[in-house]
Amino acid sequence: MSASDPRPAAPRAAPALPGVAGNPRRPYVRPMAGWWLRNPYFVRYMAREGTAVFVAAYALILLVGLVRLAQGEAAWNGWLEALRSPLSTILHLVFLAVFVFHTVTWFEVLPKTMPPLLVGGKRVAQSAITAGAIAVAAAASLALFGIVWGLTR
Amino acid sequence: MSTNEKTIEIEVLRYRPEQDAAPFPQTYVVPYSDDMSVLQGLQYIKDQLDGTLSFRWSCRQAICGSCGVMIDGIPKLSCKSFLRDYAGKGRVRVEALANFPIERDLVIVMDSFVEKLESIKPYIIPKEPRPLSAGEYLQTPAQLDAYAQYSSCINCLLCYAACPQVGLSPDFVGPAALALLFRYNSDSRDGGAAQRMPVVGAESGAFHCTAVGYCSEVCPKGVDPASAVNQAKGASVREYFMGFLGKGGGK
Repeated sequence: MSASDPRPAAPRAAPALPGVAGNPRRPYVRPMAGWWLRNPYFVRYMAREGTAVFVAAYALILLVGLVRLAQGEAAWNGWLEALRSPLSTILHLVFLAVFVFHTVTWFEVLPKTMPPLLVGGKRVAQSAITAGAIAVAAAASLALFGIVWGLTR
Repeated sequence: MSTNEKTIEIEVLRYRPEQDAAPFPQTYVVPYSDDMSVLQGLQYIKDQLDGTLSFRWSCRQAICGSCGVMIDGIPKLSCKSFLRDYAGKGRVRVEALANFPIERDLVIVMDSFVEKLESIKPYIIPKEPRPLSAGEYLQTPAQLDAYAQYSSCINCLLCYAACPQVGLSPDFVGPAALALLFRYNSDSRDGGAAQRMPVVGAESGAFHCTAVGYCSEVCPKGVDPASAVNQAKGASVREYFMGFLGKGGGK
């Protein structure tokens, strides 16, 4: 027996089947280590899950802004200044790309989590539900961007 | 075999428990034609090259669910996959379905699945006793549509081989069994939902699913188990909170 065999030693000591001298069955369990690298679908899934870390990180950045605002004008302006740095701009572009991936991949899951959507007695295709949700998210983001842009000019 | 016959290398993950400590790849050169399935390639090996090779098959037409294997790492029915589609690389890799113990060569141990299937009571449990004289149950097309796709499952276990959660947590009831659970709970003739919901809400139930979604990708019958599992989560949550209002579960 090799070290990779997950079963305890002496498999032949297993209870004998009737009429069989020893039980020759020795099912082999394959290891799971590195499972998510075996298929591009799993890599994409892990990337989707991983984007949650970026969402949490950006929430912390915004939370720091709130704390700085509570500390007074100088602190708040310092936080704003930090956001204008070239490094911050690059980071924001990275965050934007990650958030777009997060949004698209989670809306791909959306149709799996709901009962069939019937329009005129016919099921709406899952791809149409995903596309619709992405369109609504994009429109809402643009509208919010437009409102904030208008308010801050 | 004529010299101009097309051939392909089929690499099979062999495991013979009485003599091998661990599985190992063995390559066979198999002549093929454009209409030959991977299953027919395996049958050629067994009949012409190596009679010791073991694999399961029966109907050869994608309805019995016996011949599922990993083909180049992807769970597929070997009867529904064709050697011509792998000819470009000149070779194809065949392995027993992932996430199951290997009994021998391409044959898996599926006892755990059969137990899970039994646990979800995969049969109609009538709402009340009904005499034969009452005639057949009537269903509207909409009532049929509520469960029809989930009843297409052929228990081929490709979805289990596609589900990393099954491999990481072997107790997980898994996609096909949960899809069938949802199928019976969604059937207008059935009154057994209260008996099945504990399986959904259990530690080993639907909440083990992390919405990878690959089960639905590999399903050869369009069952979409991921949608059933995730709708079952919703049903379980509703039942849990309705329990606080004294309307839950019929326990």
